[in-house]
Amino acid sequence: MTHTIEQTRKRAEADAKTFGYFLVNDAELLQGLMEGLKINEDRYGYPSCPCRLASGEFSFDRDIICPCDYRDPDVAEYGTCYCRLYVNKDIYEGKKELPSVPERRPIAKQARAFQAASTPKPAQKKENEPPAAEEREELVELIPKLWYCKQCGYVVFREDPPYVCPICKAKKEMFTEIKTKVKFFS
Amino acid sequence: MNISKVTGKYNNHKVFLYTLSTCVWCKMTKQYLKDNSVEFEYVDVDLCTEEDKEKIRRTIQDKGGSLSYPTTIVDDKKVITGFRKDLLKEALEL
Repeated sequence: MTHTIEQTRKRAEADAKTFGYFLVNDAELLQGLMEGLKINEDRYGYPSCPCRLASGEFSFDRDIICPCDYRDPDVAEYGTCYCRLYVNKDIYEGKKELPSVPERRPIAKQARAFQAASTPKPAQKKENEPPAAEEREELVELIPKLWYCKQCGYVVFREDPPYVCPICKAKKEMFTEIKTKVKFFS
Repeated sequence: MNISKVTGKYNNHKVFLYTLSTCVWCKMTKQYLKDNSVEFEYVDVDLCTEEDKEKIRRTIQDKGGSLSYPTTIVDDKKVITGFRKDLLKEALEL
């Protein structure tokens, strides 16, 4: 399904309204961001952040699908998100300048976009050889788990808890892993 | 790797950009350099093959850059992350 730029903008506008944000008050910048989002949606099937390299693998890119996982903490800290599509009221009204926002996405996740085609890596290693520290970290991260928000009970199944609870806005620290064993029939 | 070259009068620095074809800040950086007649080369990383992407990742990280776009490398050593007019001005003596 293809979206027009207008649809992409309307979706972003609706999302901004829901969360109390604004879309950046610069027509040229906004148009550029919308075009980038639309290209990514046509290319990958989901609107991943136009300012980040996507892998094309949904499971790797989930955290950078707009609105990305990092938007809420970035708007809270800097007044705008990484690509600067969403801004707070002060920036929208021109009371504050649009700042640059450092990348909050962990480097291990960014690096995945470069390695998507070769992941999972073929088992060239001997069976008993432990993986290198870097690899181990990546393996751990790739396993989705169940997390619940201790404040509102929201449950999510993903690699790591969200930065901010999408329901009650509790911080990441309020999430706890639900440890459970799932038995599959063989 | 599909490296594009933009010619300009101002060519006393080697300027190389790693960009994304979808990124509006990358486009602004290119436009800023064009407006200042700076000669530069760039590659749109999202349009590269997987093999080239991996090479690019290593190159950027070896030079101490982060994997953010645009990444501008001046004279093979100075790395500027993002569209930073102030840093570009300083590095290119504009």
